[in-house]
Amino acid sequence: MFENLDPVLLARIQFAFTISFHIIFPAFTIGLASWLAVLEWRWLKTNNQLYADIYRMWVKIFAVTFGMGVVSGVVMSFQFGTNWSVFSDRAGNVLGPLLGYEVLTAFFLEASFLGVMLFGWNRVSPKMHFAATIIVATGTLISAFWILSANSWMQTPQGFEGGAEDLLYPTNWLQVIFNPSFPYRFMHMITAAYLTTAFVVAGVGGYYLWRGQHVKHARIMLGMAMIMAIFVAPLQLLLGDLHGLNTLTHQPAKVAAMEGLWETQRGAPLKLFGWPDQEEEITKYALEIPKLSSLILTHELDGEVKGLKAWPRDERPPAATVFWTFRIMVGVGMLMILTGVFALILHWRKKLFDTRWFQYWCMALTPAGFIAVLAGWFVTEVGRQPYIIHGVMRTAEAVSPVAASPIAISLAAFVITYGFVFGAGVYYIVRLIGKGPQAAEEAYGAHGVEKPPLVTEMVSEKGGPHV
Amino acid sequence: MFSLENIVDLPLIWYGLIATAIFLYVLLDGFDLGVGILFPFAPTDQCRDRMINSIAPFWDGNETWLVLGGGGLFAAFPLAYAILMPALYIPITLMLLGLIFRGVAFEFRFKATGKSRRIWDYSFHFGSLAATFMQGMILGAFVTGFKVQGRGFAGTAFDWLNAYSVTIGIALVFGYALLGATWLIMKTDNDTQAWARKCASYVLGYVGLGLAVVSISMPMMNSDIRALWFDTPNVFMLLPIPVASLILFIMIWRDLHNGHEYRPFLMSLGVFFTGYLGLGISLWPWLVPFAFTFRQTAAAPPSQSLLLVGTIVMLPVVLTYVGYCYYIFRGKASHESAY
Repeated sequence: MFENLDPVLLARIQFAFTISFHIIFPAFTIGLASWLAVLEWRWLKTNNQLYADIYRMWVKIFAVTFGMGVVSGVVMSFQFGTNWSVFSDRAGNVLGPLLGYEVLTAFFLEASFLGVMLFGWNRVSPKMHFAATIIVATGTLISAFWILSANSWMQTPQGFEGGAEDLLYPTNWLQVIFNPSFPYRFMHMITAAYLTTAFVVAGVGGYYLWRGQHVKHARIMLGMAMIMAIFVAPLQLLLGDLHGLNTLTHQPAKVAAMEGLWETQRGAPLKLFGWPDQEEEITKYALEIPKLSSLILTHELDGEVKGLKAWPRDERPPAATVFWTFRIMVGVGMLMILTGVFALILHWRKKLFDTRWFQYWCMALTPAGFIAVLAGWFVTEVGRQPYIIHGVMRTAEAVSPVAASPIAISLAAFVITYGFVFGAGVYYIVRLIGKGPQAAEEAYGAHGVEKPPLVTEMVSEKGGPHV
Repeated sequence: MFSLENIVDLPLIWYGLIATAIFLYVLLDGFDLGVGILFPFAPTDQCRDRMINSIAPFWDGNETWLVLGGGGLFAAFPLAYAILMPALYIPITLMLLGLIFRGVAFEFRFKATGKSRRIWDYSFHFGSLAATFMQGMILGAFVTGFKVQGRGFAGTAFDWLNAYSVTIGIALVFGYALLGATWLIMKTDNDTQAWARKCASYVLGYVGLGLAVVSISMPMMNSDIRALWFDTPNVFMLLPIPVASLILFIMIWRDLHNGHEYRPFLMSLGVFFTGYLGLGISLWPWLVPFAFTFRQTAAAPPSQSLLLVGTIVMLPVVLTYVGYCYYIFRGKASHESAY
């Protein structure tokens, strides 16, 4: 039925789809878990009930998001084998232990203490509950550490050698784990996750202020989010720049694609916009700023920047995708920085919480982080093509010996399932936002329950009311 | 390069560890998948709320053992992972889709109101059912073996599908239902518990039948396995396994009718243990039956060593806090949501 389709392409689309879908949730939960820990800390420290209300509202959103992250993550742990079995066989010696460590040091931690975080209110002390929140937040960071280390190794592999049966063998674990692009990618991604959460929170806070609802809570939400926008968004620009320079050293073809640069030249211009044409080897309709690319990349006006033509055609990444997703990421990042600047000015004028247009602005930027994260991942993943392990193994060699039909059908099944599940998840999150933070007593009413349930006071099924 | 290969038998240890992880997965996710299988048959909605609450704090952690099984197989036996996953492409995908539908149902059904809650009730049920059935089919396919050429799977997309794998799929549905029902006996009371007792009694016979079919058919299909079990002196050394299984069945049956709350669950775990042990002995030392042994698919010694160090340090820690979390949520489950 699908036999004229290319299994490699189908496997790539399936992987791109399942991982893009998956990354949305960690990008949100990494930041959210840390923020929840801060909220709970503020609550325990100040005893201000507002923090507890906000925590209780967002922990429900966290639960829904985390649930979707878990189920889409389980899929990922099998995707390597189902779709990329040759890669798994060849790289297993190097990457396997990293993923094993992720499960052992992070997944169990998150999964176990999430239960305490969600259901443990009346079963453990407030301090223990706070500890559970911190543990979950730490778990998300440890998980990011390992998976980004594995991904970075595939971008900038080192600490290994080729051996029998074409397999790769580790020679130095520290070099494998702390490969050249890992520290940059890790910092860049964690910061991105924090900003993603901050802009969702800012959007929700802005919405409440605009509606005149939950104003006290909304001020805390927007205020805390703006601290992130003011300080962390510019920091992200710096981290992104460092990451880019690292890429220039180790994966220059990716940078050439990001810049839409075909000819190697001194004093390379920065192409703001344009359309890189893979066939004709030029970037059409380019709007250029002279010498800026060289200045950014080499920190010299006349520095030399390599163009895509320096590589044979079959070693070039698809330039248009990389070029445009990079611009989307940077553009969204600029909007985030701008938000911080606005927030600072409004704060000085003491109008941060009652400026109408700024509330719209924040609402409009609610999905900003997700867009930037996805765009950024497209830059780095498409930019390393045609390799799955940069310079070592091509994506086309990595694919499983599976026919096109099962891949195509399972891809369709994933699209339908994820669409349904994601739609429902977004719907419930939007409803939780619509309901807003509730005072403690009402919160239990959210599930149709009058008072907090206690283990010792269980309602007997025979005597109790039937739902 | 750091390696423990001269000190310990790395592949053997890893074989044991992966087997343990998969077994823990079967036991732990087994009972919560079982609760999902029984879900729509519960007498009242309140009963269903209570069932869900009895597993809500645990399901996520339970499923992590599957990730450890999959991730651990990739890490310690990459060749086995690289052959088994493509060979089982369709059942694994269906299992994952099932796990998605049931996993999201936990959160969604608490958020849903009115009729839409029914959608998630069924999503939870059919997701659990599909995931379980597929796991049984995977086991069936595993037992019948895989067609391999060189270092890759050489069979077709539907090699896993045959009467035998379907039988094991059905047997596992009953098996998980037994774990789920006895878990509910332990974690609930009144109506729910009484109903769970009835469920357990009902499925117990089918579990016994399933186990008997598997136990008898495996030696019949494979002469090596037949020789292993029925040649003297093996037959005497291995006899305690089926005998223990039989005794456990009789004891569960008695306990179901005389008020014990914990023992039926613990003994159901025991039944699974005897079954798993029998399976392990039959398939020893294959990891990709009947093409590669676990030694032939083992990762390089430095790779197995590195992860072993982490496992020795982390596994006791993990087991401790998993145990602690079960302890926090000890006692009977309420039908009310706690957050």
